[in-house]
Amino acid sequence: MADIKMTNLNKSYGSVHILKNINLDIKSGEFIVFVGPSGCGKSTLLRSICGLESISSGQLEIDHAVVNEVPPSKRNIAMVFQSYALYPHMSVFENVGFALENQGVPKDEIKKRVERVADMLQLTPYLGRLPKALSGGQRQRVAIGRAIVRGAKVFLFDEPLSNLDAALRVQTRMEIAKLKQSMPNTTMIYVTHDQVEAMTLADRIVVLQAGVVEQVGSPMELYERPANIFVAGFIGSPKMNFIKGKAAADLKAATIGVRPEHFETSKTKGPVQGRVDYTEVLGSDSFIYVATEGDGLITARETGKTSFSDGDTIYLTPQAAHTHRFDENGKRIN
Amino acid sequence: MISDMKLTPSRVAVNLVVLVLVTLWTLPTLGILVSSFRDKNLISSSGWWTALSTSDRSATIRLKGGKDAVQEGDKFVIKGNLFEGADASGTVSSFGLGTRDPKANAVGATATLEDGKTLLINADGTYVFTSPTAFEERGQRVSVITAVPPSFTTDNYNTVLNSEGIGRSFLNSLTVAIPSTIIPILIAAFAAYALAWMELPVRGLLVAVIVALLVVPLQLSLIPLLSIYNNAGDLLGMSPKGYLGVWLAHTGFGLPFAIYLFRSYIAGLPKDLIESARVDGANDFRIFTRIVLPLSFPVLASFAIFQFLWTWNDLLVAMVFLGSDNEQLVLTGRLNGLLGSRGGNWEILTTSAFITIIVPLVVFFSLQRYFVRGLLAGSVKGG
Repeated sequence: MADIKMTNLNKSYGSVHILKNINLDIKSGEFIVFVGPSGCGKSTLLRSICGLESISSGQLEIDHAVVNEVPPSKRNIAMVFQSYALYPHMSVFENVGFALENQGVPKDEIKKRVERVADMLQLTPYLGRLPKALSGGQRQRVAIGRAIVRGAKVFLFDEPLSNLDAALRVQTRMEIAKLKQSMPNTTMIYVTHDQVEAMTLADRIVVLQAGVVEQVGSPMELYERPANIFVAGFIGSPKMNFIKGKAAADLKAATIGVRPEHFETSKTKGPVQGRVDYTEVLGSDSFIYVATEGDGLITARETGKTSFSDGDTIYLTPQAAHTHRFDENGKRIN
Repeated sequence: MISDMKLTPSRVAVNLVVLVLVTLWTLPTLGILVSSFRDKNLISSSGWWTALSTSDRSATIRLKGGKDAVQEGDKFVIKGNLFEGADASGTVSSFGLGTRDPKANAVGATATLEDGKTLLINADGTYVFTSPTAFEERGQRVSVITAVPPSFTTDNYNTVLNSEGIGRSFLNSLTVAIPSTIIPILIAAFAAYALAWMELPVRGLLVAVIVALLVVPLQLSLIPLLSIYNNAGDLLGMSPKGYLGVWLAHTGFGLPFAIYLFRSYIAGLPKDLIESARVDGANDFRIFTRIVLPLSFPVLASFAIFQFLWTWNDLLVAMVFLGSDNEQLVLTGRLNGLLGSRGGNWEILTTSAFITIIVPLVVFFSLQRYFVRGLLAGSVKGG
């Protein structure tokens, strides 16, 4: 119903090239997350889809129609801004109904639709309030309500959780996931720099760096088969360890990547030798930070408590099945 | 917050300075207000600050003459009230015969005078005058000191509004000031939105030109403008002097500042709001009327105060572009005339002055809360 297709999409401001040859195929009803470090162009890409930024070259199709020159209001999309962008002088009711009012929907129809959305988002008691009388979570829901009420085919979220505190963030994340489930035909595109949000929400994740799409895939694909060192380092927490030198050469790679949970630890032998710098015991598992020569600080995870203490010599053996090999350019070797 | 309330020397000094300034500004206004409600004789005899206290006045009053006398036994008696038909009122505190010493006799006690005459004057002005012989035809003159209670009158306002032409000029000034405030606000708000949020080819240049216009002195343009008005008047067969001309002149002089002020405010509105409205399907006109205009109300109000006060108090532009007949003379012009013709009549001048400042005061106090109100609270994150 609302496929989005980008072909060789480019965006530059003067001589600054922000988005470089983006090719992306988004299926109707997918939940796509754009993730990447700040300044990677993910918000610009979202705003280009929205129509708030023009495209320098290439083609953007929504629902098989080229929309390069179509204004935002005609693209059948809704956007939830990072700041929520609620109209401060309008009540919640007016905020939610504003888009319908612009479309010339009759008053009683607006009332019906706004009340249905308010009911869905538990906003009914607050319809008469101004945004300043709402809590952060409620404002967030009003912003989402504004998107829902129009029945848009595509929802765009621009870091919608970054203004909420940690507890509310987890709760709202779940609400967004449920919202998606209740609207299976709506395509949602979500921008974040938080990989936990990306991993938990996405059907597919698009990893961007410096305006280039590094990899597109499901969260597990990205975790298990990162296409390059950047994706490997970006997805997963704590970060994947990268080891060069003899241990890598033994496996015919320039660099090998091993996640902390994929090390065997030993006090006697193993290919990577180091000294325990310090340990963190979390109860369910422990993190051991190992200082090595040549490869810097390596993180290893043990389940339960650890028998190592600061200053011990430690030997690490990567599990063969979970060792990622990369060539000199950082590309994955299969 | 508690620690903010501590009495530090600098805080005390600041408060004192503020107090002095407030007193300096409000005292003359209060004086004008009080004087405008006082009787014209009181204005010339005592200061406005004594208006609330009882004042002593001396007056010379002639008692009734011989034909009102009644013979009671061997005496002739005249009874009456001092204030009957006399230009005085109040409570009598003392009296004296003739014009010499009004404090000679106390009231309420019978004073014995020469030739066996006695005179009793009560505080309420009633008197009993007796004489063993017949009274002369002319009444006896007495001087009295009366205590006059504070009294206020609206007579001055009646006089000024009806017979001095201030009422008409008040309307004329409103006719000048209200459109001269509203027209530039309307034009400038549209222009400011366009200059802040719409993509125009020469936007930067336009803003620069408007800023440059801010420094053009008004006086510089009076003569060229007047000559344009004269030509236009000839062309259209209208008088070059009239309200339309003044409105246009005030609009023109007010626009650069208005656009400049509004543009900086409107450009500072959160970008997300405008973009959100755009995604919501609002065109520029709707964004302007439904989002930008309501949110800009504080800045529109503050400019309205500036512009209204300036056009209300203006004399120069009105003198140049308006006629001087009763139908067009504004308050400032009328006051200027009164200063010359009625310079000694303080009751007229103070009353006229107060009528002139009523409107600016009302405008200021009704709009000043928009200076401080933060309309944007709650629109974007957190706060």
